Amino acid sequence: MAKAKLMDFDKALELFEPVLGFEVHVELNTTTKMFSSAPNEFGGEPNSNVTPVCLGLPGSLPVVNEQAVRYSISLGLALGCSIAPSSRFARKNYFYPDLAKNYQISQFDEPIAFEGKVDVELSDGRIVSVDIERAHMEEDAGKLTHVGGATGRIQGAEYSLVDYNRAGVPLVEIVTKVIYGAEADAPELAKAYVATIRDIVVALGISDARMERGNLRCDANVSLRPRGQEKLGTRTETKNVNSLRSVERAVRYEIQRQAQILSEGGTIVQETRHWHEDTGATSAGRPKSDADDYRYFPEPDLLPVEPSVELIEELRAALPEQPAERKRRLKAEWGFSDLEFQDVVNSGLLSELVATVSAGASPQAARKWWTGEIARIANAADREPTELITGAQVAEVQLLVDEGVLNDRMARQVLEAVIAGEGSAREIVDAKGLAVVSDDGALIAAIDTALAAQPDVLEKIREGKVQAAGAVIGAVMQAMQGKADAARVRELVLERAQA
Amino acid sequence: MSDISEDRVRHLAGLARIDLTNDEVTHLTAELSKIVDVVATVSAAATDDIPATSHPIPLTNVYRDDVVTDDVLTTEQALSGAPEHDGSRFKVSAILGEEQ
Repeated sequence: MAKAKLMDFDKALELFEPVLGFEVHVELNTTTKMFSSAPNEFGGEPNSNVTPVCLGLPGSLPVVNEQAVRYSISLGLALGCSIAPSSRFARKNYFYPDLAKNYQISQFDEPIAFEGKVDVELSDGRIVSVDIERAHMEEDAGKLTHVGGATGRIQGAEYSLVDYNRAGVPLVEIVTKVIYGAEADAPELAKAYVATIRDIVVALGISDARMERGNLRCDANVSLRPRGQEKLGTRTETKNVNSLRSVERAVRYEIQRQAQILSEGGTIVQETRHWHEDTGATSAGRPKSDADDYRYFPEPDLLPVEPSVELIEELRAALPEQPAERKRRLKAEWGFSDLEFQDVVNSGLLSELVATVSAGASPQAARKWWTGEIARIANAADREPTELITGAQVAEVQLLVDEGVLNDRMARQVLEAVIAGEGSAREIVDAKGLAVVSDDGALIAAIDTALAAQPDVLEKIREGKVQAAGAVIGAVMQAMQGKADAARVRELVLERAQA
Repeated sequence: MSDISEDRVRHLAGLARIDLTNDEVTHLTAELSKIVDVVATVSAAATDDIPATSHPIPLTNVYRDDVVTDDVLTTEQALSGAPEHDGSRFKVSAILGEEQ
C-alpha cells in the first residue's frame, strides 16, 4: 500500500473547513442476543453460542429481547433523545456471509430514539454540543476469518471461515447530525465524543464498552470544504477504529489526506476507508455505489415496539447523572486539584478511577497508579491502560501497600506481574515471597551493619545533617533486597542518632 | 403506469445476484410492470389517514425474557447442515466485499 501524501494539519485548516459525523455502535451486555435466546458472550468456541435463529435456519423466527429494548430506551433518553411511541424493525438486505440470512434486522425510518444532544467536554474544559440524529436497534454480524493470501485480508484469500457467535448480539447504532465548526478541535472532538458515549453506556451499565473487543465501535465521517464554499465536500467513512486514540488519529489523518488531494486538484472518492492501527493510516475499502441499495422493508417476522409512557418515565427516573454533573461531583468528592482532575479526564481514566476507589483505594493512590505507572506501561506497549488491568486489581495492589505488606518499589513489581497475567496481587505476593521486612529486629541488625561501615553518619545527623541518613537507608534497602519499608528504616536511624 | 424500466430490472437483478439474459430482462420488465400496477390500485384505495401496516395481526410489544434457553445448538449441530466446515467454523468462498 503506497503511503498517501499528507498536508500539514495547520495548513489544511487554513484552506478547508472539516465537517464531521459519527456512527457509534454499542453492543449491549444483555444475557442473550437481540432476537434469540443464545448467550451473548465474548469469546467461546466458534459457533457455540448460536441457535437456529442466529444461523437463519428455515422455519426459525426472531423474538425481541425485552431487556435490549429497555436498554435502548435508556440509552436514547441519556442521549437526550425523544423515544418513538411506535417504532419498527426493518430488513437491510445484502449478500455477505457475516449474517446467514442475507439480511440484517435493523431499524430504518422508524428508529426507537431520535433528535438528541450530547455535551462533550474538550481537554481545556470547553463544552461542545453534538446533535444526535437517531439511535436505533439492530443485530451484530458474525466474524469472518480470511484464509490464504499473503496478508490475511480479503484480497487473495482462498476461502473464509465464519463464526456466528457474534451474529445477533444486540447493538444500538448512534448517529450524529452533521457537525460543523469543530475546526482544529476536530480530531480531539472525535475522541471526546466517543469517550462521552463510552462514559454514558458504562454509567448506564448497558455495555461492557471495551473498544478493543469491539463492544464500542466508531465509524468517522470526514469531509472538507474549501473556505467560503457553501456546498459540502465528498465524505469518506473510516471504519475499524478501535480505540479512543485511534479515533483522534484517524480523523486527523483523513483531514490531512483529503486536503492534500484537494489542493492538488484531485477529487475525493466517496468510500469506506479502513484504519490501520499499525501504520497509522487509512486505506481504501468499498466504494459507495448502488451496492448501498439495501432495499429496506419492514421486518414481517416482528411486531412494532410501542413503549408505554409509564415505561419511558420509569427508565428516565432511573437514569444516572449526566457525565458533566458526575465529573463535578467526583472532583469534589476526591478533592483533586483542577490539574490533577483534568489529567485523569484527558487520559480517559475517570471510570477506572471510580472502579479503583470503589474497590477500596484512596482517590490519590488510584490517580497515581493510573496516570503514572499504568499509563507508562501502556504507552511503552502501545496499548490502552484499560486493556491492561481493572480497577479492582489496582485497588488490591494498593491495599497491600496500605497494609504495609508492600513498599512502593515492590508494589510496582507486583503491578507489572498482575498486568502480565500472573495472578491476583495477593497470589503474586505469596508466590514470590514478596513482603516488606517489618521485623524491627532484622532492620536494626541491618542498620548496625551499615553504621559499622559508615561510622560518621550518626555524628552528622546529630549535627543536623539529617540527609546523611540516606546512605544508611540505601545500604539497608540493598541488604534487605528492597524488601524494607524505607520510611521505617529512616525512623529507626534517626532514633539511633538521638539515643 | 409503473416506472419499471429495463435498467431498473437490471439493477435489481444485480442486487439479487441473478444473471439475466436480455430476453429475460424484457420479459420481466413487462411482468413486473403489471404487478406493480396491480399493487398501485391498493395504494389508490389507501388514503392518507390509513397508516401503513407491516403485519396482518395488530399486535405490539411481543417480547422474550432475557434468558438462555435450550434452543442453543452445539457446534456440531450448528455445522451439521454446512456443505463445508473446518470443524468449528463454516467454510465459505472468499467473497469480495466486507462487513456492511
